[in-house]
Amino acid sequence: MAQPIQNRYEFTYLFDVAMGNPNGDPDAGNMPRLDYQTNHGLVTDVCLKRKVRNYVDLVRADLGVEDGLNIYVREKGVLNRENEQAYKALGLKPDSKLPKDEAKARELTAWMCANFFDIRAFGAVMTTEVNCGQVRGPVQLTFAKSIEEVHPQEIAITRMAVTNEKDAEKERTIGRKHILRYGLYRCDGFISAHLAERTGFSDDDLALLWKALVNMFDHDRSAARGIMSARKLIVFKHASKLGDAPAPVLFDAIDVKRVTEGPANSFKDYAVAIDRAAIPAGVEPTEIL
Amino acid sequence: MAHGIRLHVWGERACFTRPEMKAERVSYDVITPSAARGILEAIHWKPAIRWQIERVTVLNPVRFESIRRNEVSVKASADLAARAMAGGARTELVVEDWRAQRVSMILRDVAYVIEARFEMTARAGAEDNPAKHLEMFTRRARKGQCFHQPSFGCREFPAHFRLLEEGEAPSPAAELMGEKDLGFMLHDVDHAHGRTPRFFRAVMRDGVIDTRFPLGGESR
Repeated sequence: MAQPIQNRYEFTYLFDVAMGNPNGDPDAGNMPRLDYQTNHGLVTDVCLKRKVRNYVDLVRADLGVEDGLNIYVREKGVLNRENEQAYKALGLKPDSKLPKDEAKARELTAWMCANFFDIRAFGAVMTTEVNCGQVRGPVQLTFAKSIEEVHPQEIAITRMAVTNEKDAEKERTIGRKHILRYGLYRCDGFISAHLAERTGFSDDDLALLWKALVNMFDHDRSAARGIMSARKLIVFKHASKLGDAPAPVLFDAIDVKRVTEGPANSFKDYAVAIDRAAIPAGVEPTEIL
Repeated sequence: MAHGIRLHVWGERACFTRPEMKAERVSYDVITPSAARGILEAIHWKPAIRWQIERVTVLNPVRFESIRRNEVSVKASADLAARAMAGGARTELVVEDWRAQRVSMILRDVAYVIEARFEMTARAGAEDNPAKHLEMFTRRARKGQCFHQPSFGCREFPAHFRLLEEGEAPSPAAELMGEKDLGFMLHDVDHAHGRTPRFFRAVMRDGVIDTRFPLGGESR
């Protein structure tokens, strides 16, 4: 196994959406998620993780590293089939409890970590009936929030065909789309070197994670999403494993401001400033994007 | 307060899930001693010490928000899996087909002061002394160092923290004044006795909850 990362990281990730829906709210008929106290838009942590997983799954073949970059929680994936592989590889019988033998249980979890990128990064609860235990991953994402208020619009669209025979008289059906004209979102995240030690999350994995964040929207196009783009990825690397500055101090050092009047239409309407003077010694900010 | 620390913690969201409402999560009104202990352990913990939460001061009014997310609800039967391994039927579990849309009632804009002390455990060696661990904790908390980023109940809700120095005492919001019975709350899970959850009767007086255990209203 490659050496786990030796530094703590925080990162701030900015992405935007134009004429699309970044993350629908199942409670609100798939409208873009809103923070109803402030009218800012939200994108959940799990939505972004899904895209990271899909991206890694996509580029695995191109990287020529088939091993160790499997994705556990798959769209159209089979969770327990993956767990079975671990049992098979170690010659154990699938069981709903962790093997009594603790060494075997650890072996099982280690095998899962070694083979699956998303388990090394995000962790996984593998206490399904084919049980591989539970691991906490080093990468912790938070809800992304829009910089300003967003205003969802409902667009009615028509279709010139019908689905059911009995509607043939109607000749057409009406559908609805929800879009935001524009929204710039900010997500802050954390990476713990100590938890990386437990799953074996390495520098190569970290580089792949950054790559995923930079490129993942380019492989996630759909009728609902509109145009989504990664705009900025600022990484704070601490000199030590424990860290050299409080996280809020670092996040506060990044200021995203409007530079134009009226409703924002593009990323050009914003300026991103890094207050380097506010960043304590021992922490190095890098603009990956 | 021998070995005592005071930590100011705050964040945008929190979910201290009630054990009786786990599928569609509903948060308690305030942080549980168990979650507070988790926050301290994220900053500094060794098997030689055991954190005891003495008091929690609630600083912000209690506000809820609901959020619904797609979650996976996968459980495959063990014998199907066993048969599959024996070369029989395959177990098919597709994420999209096993989707549970679960709502969570979570807290918004929380801030607390956690007052705690630790005791030495049976696993403390000759080199472990309270002063050393106290020093390690305060040094880390002062610098913003942590083992991993602490969170409020779920990892997507990070907890920011700072050490409160002598004389610093943030005060609770005016609407928290008076006495409020929060009912039975999870105190902590007793890992020493087969992971038994223990409950206590939480009462908030002027924003302050006494979390020392056992209290008068202990339930078993």
